[in-house]
Amino acid sequence: MKRAVEYGVTLLVALDVCLTYVFLYLPIVVLIVYSVSASRYALVWGGFSVEPYEKLLRDPEALRALGNSLIVGVVSAGLSTLLGTLMALGLERGRAWGQRAIEVLAYLPIVVPEIVMGVGLLLFFVQVWRRLGGDVGPLPTVIAGHVAFSISYVMVVVRARLRDLDKSLEEAALDLGATPAQVWRRVTIPLLMPAIVSGALLVFTLSLDDFYVTYFSTTGGSGFKTLPLYLYALAGRAGVPPQMNAVATLMLLASLTLVALALIVQRRHPSPLLPSPSEGRGAGGEGEKIGYRGDRI
Amino acid sequence: MTFIRALSLVMLAGLGLVGVTSCGGNQAPRELHFVIWPNYIDPEVYRLFESEFGIRVIEENVDSNETLRTKLQAGVTGYDLIVPSDYTVEILIRQGLLERLDLSKIPNAQHISPRFRGLYYDPTNSYSLPYLWGTTGIGYDERYFESPPTSWAELFEQSRLERYKMRVSMLDDPRETIGAALKYLGYSVNSTDPRALEAAKAILLAQKPYLARYDSETYDDFLLSGDLLIAHGWSGEFARARTENPHIRYVIPQEGGVIWTDNLAIPKGARNREGAHLFIDFLLRPQISARIVNFLRYPSPNEAARPFILPEILADPAIYPPEEILDKLEWIQDVGDAIALYERVWDEVKTR
Amino acid sequence: MKRFYEGVSVWPGACWLLVFFAVPLGIIAVISFTQRDLAGLIRWEFTLDNYLRLLERSFWVGPLGNSVALAVLTTVICLVLGYPLAYVLARSPTRRKHLLLFLVVLPSFTNFLVRIYAWFILLRPEGWLSWGLRLLGIEANLFGSWVGVLIGLVYGYLPFMILPLYATLERLDYALVEAAYDLGASRWQVFRRVIFPLSRPGIVAGSIVVFLPVLGEFLAPKLLGGGKVPTIGVLIEEKFLGRVPDWPLGAAIALTVMALGLLAVSRHFHAVRESRWVG
Repeated sequence: MKRAVEYGVTLLVALDVCLTYVFLYLPIVVLIVYSVSASRYALVWGGFSVEPYEKLLRDPEALRALGNSLIVGVVSAGLSTLLGTLMALGLERGRAWGQRAIEVLAYLPIVVPEIVMGVGLLLFFVQVWRRLGGDVGPLPTVIAGHVAFSISYVMVVVRARLRDLDKSLEEAALDLGATPAQVWRRVTIPLLMPAIVSGALLVFTLSLDDFYVTYFSTTGGSGFKTLPLYLYALAGRAGVPPQMNAVATLMLLASLTLVALALIVQRRHPSPLLPSPSEGRGAGGEGEKIGYRGDRI
Repeated sequence: MTFIRALSLVMLAGLGLVGVTSCGGNQAPRELHFVIWPNYIDPEVYRLFESEFGIRVIEENVDSNETLRTKLQAGVTGYDLIVPSDYTVEILIRQGLLERLDLSKIPNAQHISPRFRGLYYDPTNSYSLPYLWGTTGIGYDERYFESPPTSWAELFEQSRLERYKMRVSMLDDPRETIGAALKYLGYSVNSTDPRALEAAKAILLAQKPYLARYDSETYDDFLLSGDLLIAHGWSGEFARARTENPHIRYVIPQEGGVIWTDNLAIPKGARNREGAHLFIDFLLRPQISARIVNFLRYPSPNEAARPFILPEILADPAIYPPEEILDKLEWIQDVGDAIALYERVWDEVKTR
Repeated sequence: MKRFYEGVSVWPGACWLLVFFAVPLGIIAVISFTQRDLAGLIRWEFTLDNYLRLLERSFWVGPLGNSVALAVLTTVICLVLGYPLAYVLARSPTRRKHLLLFLVVLPSFTNFLVRIYAWFILLRPEGWLSWGLRLLGIEANLFGSWVGVLIGLVYGYLPFMILPLYATLERLDYALVEAAYDLGASRWQVFRRVIFPLSRPGIVAGSIVVFLPVLGEFLAPKLLGGGKVPTIGVLIEEKFLGRVPDWPLGAAIALTVMALGLLAVSRHFHAVRESRWVG
């Protein structure tokens, strides 16, 4: 009887995994299909045509917007991952002056609605920042805004991981004569890597999708566009045309290419992103090496 | 560590780019920053303008008057020319956010039809000149109607709503939608009578269960895809939908509807006022106005453009309604303090 | 030295947040106490009116109720769907792990708006799903409906739940799991008593990162709800950028929701904190 239940659960889990992937990709399939529609309207199938791609590639604005999105995304994700990780460490392990207040401050950006943040930043940049002499181009202000809402997400994810971290490993390393810096590099950071990477991925996607903060941080007259702004411009007062599906499909292809490249790099230079069982001192590594019943779950 | 090293390099490159691009960014005198609704002009016009005057037009988009206003009211400068709707012009003038126009630099302004000159929001055209105009009414797919709709009743009457339950939409706009209910009841779109507004609210609440959605952006899309049979919307969108599906028709209800204009105006703090004036004058040239009309299918207030507009557009009553109908249309105007009443009605309709 | 280090490391992030987040938010907070002028902007007269407006039933029952319900449901569904996935991911062999993880995140690299439009195509009355349901005899209107919004929200936020869960499950101290097996525990017991509790910080993190933003989310409810599913996010957007703006009210709504959201989360937060000392 127990066997049956176990099989049942395994089946359910497998089903869940498959269905979830299907669920995730169903709209993707739809949008790829509709990216080759000839209609001027996004929701109407107008017969097969590569026109949306033609229009897209003929438009220098589109490529510039894509480039801007990537720059903003990478830079802001990088900065916020750094700052967020540091904050997580500080909050979880330190007892900084004003700890409570900083904690509240750190969680607020997650709950702030986009528009409020956007309008607030707009007023801030135009009324305050500029008066203090900071008259800067759109890129720094946009990145500043993106980092501002991203730090918290990284902080939350890393902190969760930190909570489970077995400090005895780091202490053991110290006892064995490692310097704090070495402990950092060889123990703490590798152990935190999945959380750091997860956090970075999370905020990167947030940045790519962001509209209001970007829109209101580009304080006028610069024509700076990221992808969502570009799509917004395509939209007209009447929804979005099929080019947007083409944009999305291209982004998918670009991401896939990047992933493929990353995997190739990984194979050549195995990195401590997720150390293989023989390397690294993570508990996961140990577990995998020994190979116990739990492995088969 | 290679991955991290690569990542750091990319980040540094990014930061470097940030440094490089944030220098400069000062506007050249040969540029014009133009803020307009998306897809609201023929891009060829920019090329023609640049080849004649050597000024490059940089288009930036806003999708609503309120977004434009937000930026201007927050103190953003750097826009040379904007295209606000009628009621927004009034507000911007009152807030001192517009530059006076030097009409001596815009001789083509004389071509504007008397009907569109000296309108309520700018009686002396000191700050704005109309660019395009349009109406609000009902669009529908004629294959589903034995007789074409003629009245707002089509959207509000129980028996008719039953027939196309969940296939009808209204604009997601308090003034327009409450206005439609007011018109149906025989009141003005700018009514400040609390009883009128209460009655309008009742109508809208009764209508809500039958509505598929409140939608200002994709109703034409859904009309074309067959998900909507009838929709409350703007003339231009239906005209464009018609080119994709000739069964889409547009009607201004007999009780009357709304008329609006989008106008050219120069915001305070514009850096290239000369260029802005030149461009306004350019846009008001008969051939250029006509080009825009032919491209967008929105009507132009420019009388002199008529000879250059495609005859089928001029003959289309959905785009150029006859005079008698035009006389019955109302402008949505500021109602002063009574706006709080409208806000309340809308809140209640939306949140119930 | 480490103590000191830990004490200092908070500050770069905190300073950034102070300048680019706290100050803008402060501006919004000040606005929430002003009055709307005739154009919907600010009249510099201070009042509590906006907050008093929020005590009205029309806010509590409608938008706030919807937002909370949607946020809770989205979080729960994401958790139920996402946990098994995160677990399988965490326990997969290294190479497949990376691939599967990226596959989860990949859809998020396209634009959310575009994906919502794809859901339009799927959920509309003339769409495939509706036709399918009609064949089964169900006349469902997914258009301006609750269900449609929920689908859109779960869809958008699923990766947000999976990533933190994965991060926690990936580095669990599996020696403990092994020990439990050695002590004779069954699979179910091991899960219930070792794995699940150890993954709780991940569950909390994932829930926070889904629940809080969904409270203020506006794209999915506005588009998929068709204006018929009022939520706080849509309401705020209307107050700032709608035809009849009312910035002070919008600001007040935003701040209230933020306060409520934080309250909901902080209690949980403290509870977990205490367990750290006990556990």
